[in-house]
Amino acid sequence: MPATQSLVTIKGRKDGLVLVMNEACAYRDLLIELKEKLAASTNLNKNGPVISVKIEMGNRYIDADQRDQLKQIIHSYDHLKVEEIHSNVLTYAELDKIKEQEKMVTMVRIVRSGQVLSVQGNLLLIGDVNPGGVISASGNIYVLGSLRGVASAGQGEDRKDAVIVASIMAPTQLKIGVTMSRNERNTAEVLTERHMFECAYLDEHIGKIVIDRIQTTMKKGNLPFTLNKM
Amino acid sequence: MGEAIVVTSGKGGVGKTTTSANVGTVLALQGKKVCLVDTDIGLRNLDVVMGLENRIIYDLVDVAQGRCKLNQALVKDKRFECLSLLPAAQTTDKDSIQPDQMKKIIDTLKADFDYIIIDCPAGIERGFKNAVAGADHAIVVTTPEISSVRDADRIIGLLEQEKQVSPPRLIINRIRQHLLKSGEMLEIDEIMNILAIDLIGIVIDDDGVISSSNKGEPIALNPSSKAAMAYRNIGRRILGETVPLMDLDEKQGFFHRVKALLGMR
Ligand SMILES: Nc1ncnc2c1ncn2[C@@H]1O[C@H](COP(=O)(O)OP(=O)(O)OP(=O)(O)O)[C@@H](O)[C@H]1O
Ligand SMILES: [Mg+2]
Repeated sequence: MPATQSLVTIKGRKDGLVLVMNEACAYRDLLIELKEKLAASTNLNKNGPVISVKIEMGNRYIDADQRDQLKQIIHSYDHLKVEEIHSNVLTYAELDKIKEQEKMVTMVRIVRSGQVLSVQGNLLLIGDVNPGGVISASGNIYVLGSLRGVASAGQGEDRKDAVIVASIMAPTQLKIGVTMSRNERNTAEVLTERHMFECAYLDEHIGKIVIDRIQTTMKKGNLPFTLNKM
Repeated sequence: MGEAIVVTSGKGGVGKTTTSANVGTVLALQGKKVCLVDTDIGLRNLDVVMGLENRIIYDLVDVAQGRCKLNQALVKDKRFECLSLLPAAQTTDKDSIQPDQMKKIIDTLKADFDYIIIDCPAGIERGFKNAVAGADHAIVVTTPEISSVRDADRIIGLLEQEKQVSPPRLIINRIRQHLLKSGEMLEIDEIMNILAIDLIGIVIDDDGVISSSNKGEPIALNPSSKAAMAYRNIGRRILGETVPLMDLDEKQGFFHRVKALLGMR
């Protein structure tokens, strides 16, 4: 490989830096050049505002350890923050996992007291969750019925963007990712039309689960990513 | 070939034994051959409520363990030739009989009786599994209280996993007259909303139930009581008749709604 061709190209953008990595060379050489380039950029050593960094790997597969390694190198500069490491390549195992996460599992039943319904992917439950019943999904939860028990969305990997939607939202507890909330609402009140068809999501600014009418959630425009996609 | 109906609830003291005794009695009143089976081993009651305690010689556990023939353990009712009781043992515990033994006994009884009414103990453990093992149908008893409804829900969930048992039906027991009068009706609606199974009857809270139990005379024998009418109607519904809910003329609206829940006009 000719020494003149650079393996790591640093591009400055309004919203931060983009590091474009050569996709054909040896990974080891990439790391060497990355370190050199960062060291050579004198302005990176100055203290300044935090700069976000996106790494574009192109058609190179990069595993979790390698991702960590790249982050470590870049985070050795205090004001650099890796936002995203993007690669065009997935393993089959990763693809299967994504497919499983995006799958919609439809169930028609009543989840009664003492019963647990747990799925990988998104759960569409046609029926009620009674007090003492538990539903859980790695993705979103949609209940066409009354949610009166416990619902946990975004389970497994702390997916903060997961949502819980129910025709009648009267849960005893909700959990999104690792954040939990108890319902302080009294059940009789919930049965009014005002509380029909509500959506619970994690408001990251306040670190709490918020319940809104679905129409309000839509108006606010701060719908979580997952619901937007639908 | 008869049908076996288990009467269960999850929570204790809501009226399983009272229901078993009265439903058995009204079916016998209709001329059906009925056998009551008490599966509450160690805490038997059904014999007392039926007034048959002093006639017991053998019990369910004796039959299961081969100490007597099934026929020898059956106690004939004082009032009805066609009504018998298979009493529970009082001196052992629920582990002294297995679900498969239970099923065999119920299956044998089904050859001789039109209806086998199985009185289930409280709880969801062995006693429940024994009681359900031979059942074709189930009646779930609840009172209009949240804790009782929760337990009924749990039991319905368990019954739904028993493939041989048809979808359970509900009796709401001990409905308070003054709640009807005060228009506090949400309870029934709310119970039906949550449990979402068919309602087979509602029984009011009636002091007569307690006094007649103490006398060993099921209240269903006393036609002047409203609870008795309720049990008679439940019996007729079990026999497949469409019986409208009797009008207690306290609150038209209430019974209208319950009728709607029962699929009646
Ligand atoms: N409709 C009613 N009105 C008034 N009292 C009732 C009624 N039904 C049941 N009771 C009373 O409630 C008490 C409990 O009833 P019962 O023994 O039938 O309940 P159980 O469910 O069989 O209890 P356990 O779980 O202990 O077996 C008894 O004293 C009985 O007389
Ligand atoms: Mg009892």
